Amino acid sequence: MEKASVSLQVNGATCEAQATLYDTLLTVLRDQLLFTSAKRGCNQGVCGACTVLADGVPVRACLSLALDCEGRRIETVEGLSANPRMQALQRSFIRRGAFQCAFCTPGMLISAYALLGSDRPVNEADVRKSLSGNLCRCTGYKKIIEAVLETAGDRRSGR
Amino acid sequence: MSDGGDAQGAVGKSIAQLEAQEKASGDAKYIGDLYRPKMLHAAVLQSPHAHARILRYDLAEALALPGVRAVVTGDDVSEANRMGAFIKDEHAIAKDKVRYVGEAVAAVAADTEAIARKAAQLILVEYEELPAVLTPEDALAPDAPAVHEDAAAYFKVFDAGTEGNLCSRTSFHEGDIERGWRESDRVFEGRYETQPQAHVSIEPCGALAEIDPAGRITLWSANQSVFRVQANVCESLGLPMSKLRCLTPRIGAGFGNKMEPHVQPLVALLAMKARRPVKLILSREQDFEMVRARHPFKIRVKTGVKNDGRLVAREVEVLLDGGAFADDSPGVLGYSLLMSCGPYRIPHAHCHGRLVYTNKMRFGAFRGFGVPQMTFATETQLDEIADALGLDPIALRRKNLKREGDAWLGGQAILSNGLAECLDKVQAASGWTAKRSLSAPPHTRRAMGLSCCAHISGLLSTGAIVRLLEDGSILLNTGAVDIGQGCNTVLAQICADALRVPLDRISLASPDTDGSPYNWGTTASRVTYTTGKSVMGAAGEVEKKIKEHASEILECAVDDLELLPGGSVGVKGVSDCAVSFAAISARAHWAVGGPIVGSHSWVFDQKTVDPKRTAVIGLPFPQIGIFSFNAIVVEVEIDETTGGCAILRAWSACDVGRAVNPQMVEGQIEGAFVQGLGFALVEELVWDGPRLANPTLMDYKIPTIQEAPSLLQPIIVESHDPTGPFGAKSVGEIGINGVAAAITNAVNASLGVRLRQLPLTSERVLRALLVQEEQCAVEPAR
Repeated sequence: MEKASVSLQVNGATCEAQATLYDTLLTVLRDQLLFTSAKRGCNQGVCGACTVLADGVPVRACLSLALDCEGRRIETVEGLSANPRMQALQRSFIRRGAFQCAFCTPGMLISAYALLGSDRPVNEADVRKSLSGNLCRCTGYKKIIEAVLETAGDRRSGR
Repeated sequence: MSDGGDAQGAVGKSIAQLEAQEKASGDAKYIGDLYRPKMLHAAVLQSPHAHARILRYDLAEALALPGVRAVVTGDDVSEANRMGAFIKDEHAIAKDKVRYVGEAVAAVAADTEAIARKAAQLILVEYEELPAVLTPEDALAPDAPAVHEDAAAYFKVFDAGTEGNLCSRTSFHEGDIERGWRESDRVFEGRYETQPQAHVSIEPCGALAEIDPAGRITLWSANQSVFRVQANVCESLGLPMSKLRCLTPRIGAGFGNKMEPHVQPLVALLAMKARRPVKLILSREQDFEMVRARHPFKIRVKTGVKNDGRLVAREVEVLLDGGAFADDSPGVLGYSLLMSCGPYRIPHAHCHGRLVYTNKMRFGAFRGFGVPQMTFATETQLDEIADALGLDPIALRRKNLKREGDAWLGGQAILSNGLAECLDKVQAASGWTAKRSLSAPPHTRRAMGLSCCAHISGLLSTGAIVRLLEDGSILLNTGAVDIGQGCNTVLAQICADALRVPLDRISLASPDTDGSPYNWGTTASRVTYTTGKSVMGAAGEVEKKIKEHASEILECAVDDLELLPGGSVGVKGVSDCAVSFAAISARAHWAVGGPIVGSHSWVFDQKTVDPKRTAVIGLPFPQIGIFSFNAIVVEVEIDETTGGCAILRAWSACDVGRAVNPQMVEGQIEGAFVQGLGFALVEELVWDGPRLANPTLMDYKIPTIQEAPSLLQPIIVESHDPTGPFGAKSVGEIGINGVAAAITNAVNASLGVRLRQLPLTSERVLRALLVQEEQCAVEPAR
């Protein structure tokens, strides 16, 4: 299979990679660029463990073809480590015990991060809707909902 | 050593996982995230047949593909090398025969995953198809084709009674069952069926093996026990255990799926052949098709009662589909029977069952280990009995509860039992008594359901090593794999309080078969209890040695010394007279006695069966563990138009002995509840003939955040077991055992029809509603 060069903007840096027509963004992020926070849970767009941001919007990296991402701004949890909104979410996830094995956590955090991207108030139904594409088999979701709502509340109260 | 825990101590506090930062930052490394220099990627060719003889392989085309470095097949393993926890019946890869659709037939190591997958499809295998048996009933027919021709000759660790496709059988006989029926005023009998459930850890199974220049193998894998990986790989490849070192990365959950082998033997075999590191991560489909799943159970339950509700006699008969290999199935059969009288006093019992080989993927350990299935049958029947006798379901259960000091089925004494308190708590929190019939929006119905259950935790052997390092910091090494539930943190909390040091003074060694003491595994809800006890023992030895040094330094008797908070030892009642762990460790390292190391190991040795009381054949688990308890109340809403069920609110009270880390205990209860909710309502592996029809997350649904109850209240009950570390027992599985039963009891209460088959799909519930409507039309007086 013929490989083509692709230039990706990942976490603020330009990364050169080689990809066939069939290679997904997830494969390139993980196996070539070693950004492994995005996980391969199902490779079919269902579990959400591979969720990353493309131009600020959550996408399934396992359903996104690498060659289609030329020039798009890709962000993973690694790249948001200094971002106050992501840090606040991470603190709440830790404080609330919102992960156990944490295999789903990077994808969960990206979806929650996108939800909290605007100033609009966020209620439990919003959290459930926004995270409904991210499967977790450990926690029963309760502490995840609490963590995201806590972050949303802190944000609005200016903490 | 303080046995109550310090006020400033770590035990009893909701401390975040030690790995919290690396997990929240996405830096945690799971098996798929490991890369080694010159590493190859592997792919598997799976069997298209449920049962066939392998006549020959043609590997030429696969080997000719550029980038392919090694191919392995059944020809690469020896006939004699078989593995299995209870029955040695399984090769590292299919040899001579395939026994289920999806079984690994060949595997390829290549430069990339894509090349490996392409090469796997280029392998030609010639088969002679054989008739397959797909149900236990068919497999037990007199002329049924044999899944294993030589099953009776396989090595077994217990008296299995193997005959034909009957893999094993177990029975318990206690009291006098015939007398029991005679003494009963009423006898109830029902047949129950549960479905196969997939574990669906979000991390699929995988492994990475590497050979060092001396020929030793290092193997990382998604696992629940580095020691079980070592045993299985060495048995199936004929390797001395000393030649294989098993390590663990972070684990993306297990639920039983990763306790016994998946692809580790295959990956080790590929690495040995390729002489390069090899990594194989299963696709989600393969993870569904070739690892293992929860057993489908067929259960007959017959219960005799007095008119006042006292239970007198119980007979239980189960039939288990074990799939193609025994795996943990004999254990699941024996354990489910041991739990078949529930946490109740029933003087006369006969509980027996059979486990059958079929041409399906193996069934094995899954959170609850047969108890969710058994509890579904027995606890829904108890509601039927309560209804018939005009008793409240809680009152019926209270009347029959086993108490502290009572014997379990088999005879082992219960040393701590918080079940009555669990019942009190869920009754009060849910408002059970007042809200038995609930108002509901139009075209819906609401009802509450209840269940009680138990779990036994312990099993087999465990160790711990506590080392006081030169600077006074502490390294704890237990060999227990943290699969995400947080045992690293819990064991560190126990160690910290045992030595009265702050938690940050303790680091955890990663499980390593070269350097860790044996730990049978993170399974059977056993780590807090068994390994916690070893941590206490090893820390106690360190304390003793520290005090010996201190008595020489301070010139006083050992008995006059005490550990002081913060890592020093002082003379009781004397202030300003303390010597730090660092000073003692330096003295030990450089002057007197040698480095301070504490170690402890033990095996759970309380007998399950008192032969004077109970007659047993098969596998009763001779020595099993201590008892945890649970009571659940759920409020269910049924949509009368669709038959769909939603869990609105749930209260789950677990007697865990002592919550070492309450937030983690809650996390276990909540997670177990939602996994049980999936089992109750929607999850089911479906076979279309010999082929699994829904091996994808598109077609096999697990609960999403939308299905989680609006209110899910975990309630911790602490009965302080006298044998547990700080009184702790277990929590990993207890929370799932009664979920399906409680939900079914709510649905049945609302329907007035008794559903006896899981899952309670909207189709089944709707059909029951329609039946009920017809009955009402015929009997208008109702």
